[in-house]
This record gives sequence, structure tokens and C-alpha cells, in this order.
Amino acid sequence: MTLPLADLVTMLPELIVAATACLVLALDPVTSPRRRDYLAWMSMAALAACFIVTASGMGDRVSAFGGLVVVDAFAAFWKLLLYVVTGMTILLSIGYLKEERIALAEFHGFLLLSLTGMMVMVSGADLLVIYLGIELMSIPLYVLAGFKRFEARSIESSAKYFILGAFSSGLLLYGVSLVFGAAGSTRLADIAAAVAARGLNDPMILMAMTLVIVGFGFKVAAVPFHMWTPDVYQGAPTSVTAFMASASKVASFGAWLRVMLEGFGGVTPHWTGLLLGLCLLTLLVGNLVAIVQTNVKRMLAYSGIAHAGYALIGVVVAGWAGADAGISSHGVSGMMLYLAVYALMTLGAFAVVAVLRRGGVEGEDLEDFTGLAKRHKGAAFLMLLFMVSLAGIPPTAGFIGKLYLLTGAVRAGLTWLAVVGLIFAAVSAFYYLRVVMVMYMRDPSSDPARHMRLALPPATVVVLLVAAAGVILVGVYPGPFIEFTASAVLP
Amino acid sequence: MPTLIFLYFAAIIVVTAALVVALRNPIYSALSLLVMFFHVAGLYVTLHAEFLAAIQIIVYAGAILVLYLFVVMLLNVKRDDRYNRQGPVALFLGAVLLTEVVLLTASHGLTVASPGPAADGERVAGNTEAIGEVLYSTYLFPFEMASLILLAAMIGAVILSKKDIMESKSS
Repeated sequence: MTLPLADLVTMLPELIVAATACLVLALDPVTSPRRRDYLAWMSMAALAACFIVTASGMGDRVSAFGGLVVVDAFAAFWKLLLYVVTGMTILLSIGYLKEERIALAEFHGFLLLSLTGMMVMVSGADLLVIYLGIELMSIPLYVLAGFKRFEARSIESSAKYFILGAFSSGLLLYGVSLVFGAAGSTRLADIAAAVAARGLNDPMILMAMTLVIVGFGFKVAAVPFHMWTPDVYQGAPTSVTAFMASASKVASFGAWLRVMLEGFGGVTPHWTGLLLGLCLLTLLVGNLVAIVQTNVKRMLAYSGIAHAGYALIGVVVAGWAGADAGISSHGVSGMMLYLAVYALMTLGAFAVVAVLRRGGVEGEDLEDFTGLAKRHKGAAFLMLLFMVSLAGIPPTAGFIGKLYLLTGAVRAGLTWLAVVGLIFAAVSAFYYLRVVMVMYMRDPSSDPARHMRLALPPATVVVLLVAAAGVILVGVYPGPFIEFTASAVLP
Repeated sequence: MPTLIFLYFAAIIVVTAALVVALRNPIYSALSLLVMFFHVAGLYVTLHAEFLAAIQIIVYAGAILVLYLFVVMLLNVKRDDRYNRQGPVALFLGAVLLTEVVLLTASHGLTVASPGPAADGERVAGNTEAIGEVLYSTYLFPFEMASLILLAAMIGAVILSKKDIMESKSS
């Protein structure tokens, strides 16, 4: 056996993250509790190193391990985004874990292991590798969701996530095995060749494609595969929820898009129809059910579902205009920008929830936000910013994301879809702005039991400021960001 | 001769599989499942799939079945705790599957191919060796990924199930 050195260099970021994860896990038992923060900073250093490596090598398409994985600008874009999101999660967790008295530094090791899986997912050019990436992403998340080990809700969240995650993996694997039967290989390129050779209406390919779509639909929480989301998001520790809602959704979309375009690119008329249906259902259910939520974490869970619907618009546009490369890449880059913006603002919103404390517990009920502007101006303003951005109101990033995405739909001749998107944006404004209304237009309760305090260590302040700065910056000066995503689309 | 060996394995598999559901004592059921696993492994050997046969014994007979036995013994299942109400459902599904088999054999005819050694002589190296070589060269990357997944699952199980990892209890 020869060690493929060049391949290892190509996968350097994955190796760094995986090695740091193992190091954190190994050092945890021998580190005294007071010094556990060092492990978090070590993880941050690894992420910074990876960021530099990935950013400097961005652009050229290199494949490694005999074409099993590929590093191109598309993968690099997702990886950069994932580093940022993971870094922010780690910073947020330093304070949050202390507040919740979770003294397990395995937390950071698991975040990094999960990140390794996500990086492999977006780089995978083979269904087997992508599947393993999904598992490596999910298994640490199942555990992280149950990290509040003495709270029934957290354990419930973990168990539900595990069972439904395993179920969806089963469906995905069934699809992969059918693809293998039809193409004789799990490489995306070979699958594309088999799809081209067997024609559009081969039942085996269509069955496999449907199962793959269902499998990924679970991972991105698209309706009707979203049932697990609210309970899991609500029960998990908030910093984990932030990570699940942003990073895992982003990575799943990245891998999904590559599978659809590079693997099933030959049957676009079939999958765009399916995805269009998923997209409309997701927009409808996500936005309507979010209206009746009184728990902010649950509301954000449904908002995450609704945003998956928007991201799907980009995928549909990419498939709809398959022949026209310009419009197709507009769809892809629209989706990429939208998800990047979504990750930032969702992380910010969850960070505010994590910061807000009522006695020993989190302030996650809508009631806990009552009159927040009178007591804590800064936190209320940040929440206002994130809510406005999630609703897609200018001058925030959320507006730019929706605008760019929906322009793509109009260009592809799907004007009606853009109109539907706009209508649901108006619907969503109702539940986002209700949070703002509660914060600014009501007086805080005088009951001392409902007195809110902020748990704001410096690291958390950094997270909030980075998220807020990103939301404003992309909102007022979107040019470079749009160009950046446009340069990183799949060829 | 190969046909005879095949018939032996096949007959034992069918009988023990029937015993798994027919026996009243769950321990006996698990043990007849064990016998079935060994005979399936035997079938694999006659097909020159030595690796699969070894995996069959290590994973199914060794790990999964022992797990079954543990669960049965820990839960102390009574002899009478049986799912008798599933009878009609089983009959219905059985009828459907039987019809399918009859229809298929009627349309394609029943051809019994002797389970002789498939493509022997071609493979100089045993297939265990071949699989090992592919696993450590072409599929090195997924192989290492799988090891990371197992690591995560193992540590995760410890974290979630261990009762007294210092901290949190004080809260």
C-alpha cells in the first residue's frame, strides 16, 4: 500500500479538522476544568488554519483518491461558510456551556467531527463518500442534541433526531443502492453517464432519484419531511440548535445540489417538477405553522423550514433552465448567497435566545421578550435586526438574498414562483415582526420571576457583532458577495 | 455433489428459519437463528465468497445474535408473550408473496442452476485478499471516514449513557 501523499495534501483541511477533533477528545480528560476553554481556542485556531488553506487554494478543480472526492470552488465556498458558522458556534458555546453547566469539552470535539462530515459531504463526488459524510455529520449532532443530559426535552430531541435521521439515511441508502444497480458505480460522473445512456424514463433511475431526494429532503427539513425539526430544535441546547439550523442545512444543500446537477443532471425535467412541489409545500407549511408558535426556538425552527423552501427555489431555477448556463448558474449562486445569509441571521437570532436568561433557564418563550427594549436595548436591537433580515426587509442581507434569488426565478421564466415567494415573505413578516412588536411596544413585566438578564461573555459579544455586521454589510454592499458566489458555482 | 451440498444447506436454512418463528421459547428461537446463520455462511462458501461467509459469522452470529440473546435474557421474556394477533396479517402477506412466486415461476419457468463455483480459476488471490486490497487503496478514504464515524458513535454513546461524569448533577 502506498500512501497517496498528493491526495492527502488536497484533503488537508479535512485532515486538520479531524485531527484537531481527535486531539480535543483526547486532551479533554487530562485538562483541568478551569482550563477547558483552551480546547475551544485550539479548535478556533484549527478553523483559522483551514480557512487560510481553503481560501488560498480556491478556484482550481482538483480531485483526489481516484475521483472519490473533488475540491473545486463550489466545495471551497461551502467550506469557508462552514468554518465561519462553526467558529461562531464554538465562540457562542464557550459562554453558553458555562451558563448551562455543561462541563464537557467533548462538545467542541464533536462539533469538529460533525464539521469534518460536512466538509466531506460538499466535496464528495461519489454517493458512497457523500453518504459517509452525512453520517459523520449526523452522529455527532445526535449526541450534541442530548448534551443537556439531565433534561428530558434534550434527551427526547436527541432520540427523535437519531431515529428519524437513521430512517432517512435508510431511504437515501436504498436510493444509492438502486443507482449502483443502474449505473454499476456510485461515482457521480458514472451516474451521469448511465442516466444519459438509459434515457429519461428509466424507472430504476427515477426511483433511485426520488429516494435520494427524499433522503436529502429529511436532512434539509423540507416539507413533508420536516416533522422532526421543531421538537429537535426546541429540545437541543441552543448553541447546538444554531449549528444544526445553519451548518447542517447549508452542507446538506451543498451536497444535494452537487448530486442533482452532476449525477442526475440528465433528468432535470423530472426532478425540477418534484423539487418544485417540495418547494411550494415547504414555503406554505413552514410559513403558516410558524405563525402560531409561541416559543421562539420553535418559531425559528419553522422559519428554518420556510427558508429551506426559498433555497429550493434556487435549485429549481438551476434545473429549470438546465440548457441556459447563465440562468442556471444564477439559480445556483442565488441559492448559495441565500443560504450564506440565512446561516448568519439564524445563528444571530439563536445567539440572542441563548444570551437571554430567566433565572437559570433560557428565555425562549415569546413572553420572555416582552418589553426587552426597555431593559436591554442592545440585545433588543440585535434581535430586531435579525428578525427584519429574516423577513427580508431592506437594508438587510435577507432582502438582498431574496431579491437575487427571485430575480433568478424571473429570468428562468418562473415569474409566478417569484410572486409566490414574495407573498410568503409578506406572511413571514407577520411572525418575525411580532417578536419586534413584543420587544418594543409592550412594557416589561414587573413580576420578578419574569425578570430577564443577559449572559454576555466577550466571546458571545463577538458572535453577535459578527452576525450583525454580516447582515448589514451584505445588505448595503452586496456586490462583492454576489460576485464571489457567482464565481464559485458548479460548472 | 455441489447440488447435494446446496440442498443440505438450503433445507437446513428453511427448517431453522421456520423454527425461529414456530418455537415457543425465545431462547430456542434465537439459537435456531444461530444455526440458520451458520448455514447461510456455508452457502456463501460454496459460492466462493469466503469473505462474506466470515463476515456473516462474525457480524450476524457473533455480534447481532449475542445482542438478541442479551436482550431476551435481560428483559426476561415470558414464554407466553407472543404476538398472536398478527396471524391474519401474516396470512394475507404470505398469500400475496406466494401468488407472486407462483406467477413469476409460471412466466419464467423454474430453472435450477447448480450452485457450482462461480468463475473459478480466474481468481488467483482469495477474495478476502482482493477486498482488503481495494479497501486500502481505492477506497482508503471512505474506509477512514467509517473509522471516524465509529469513533464518534462510541464516544457519543459513552457521553449520553454514563451517569456520573462529574459536573452537571450539581445543577
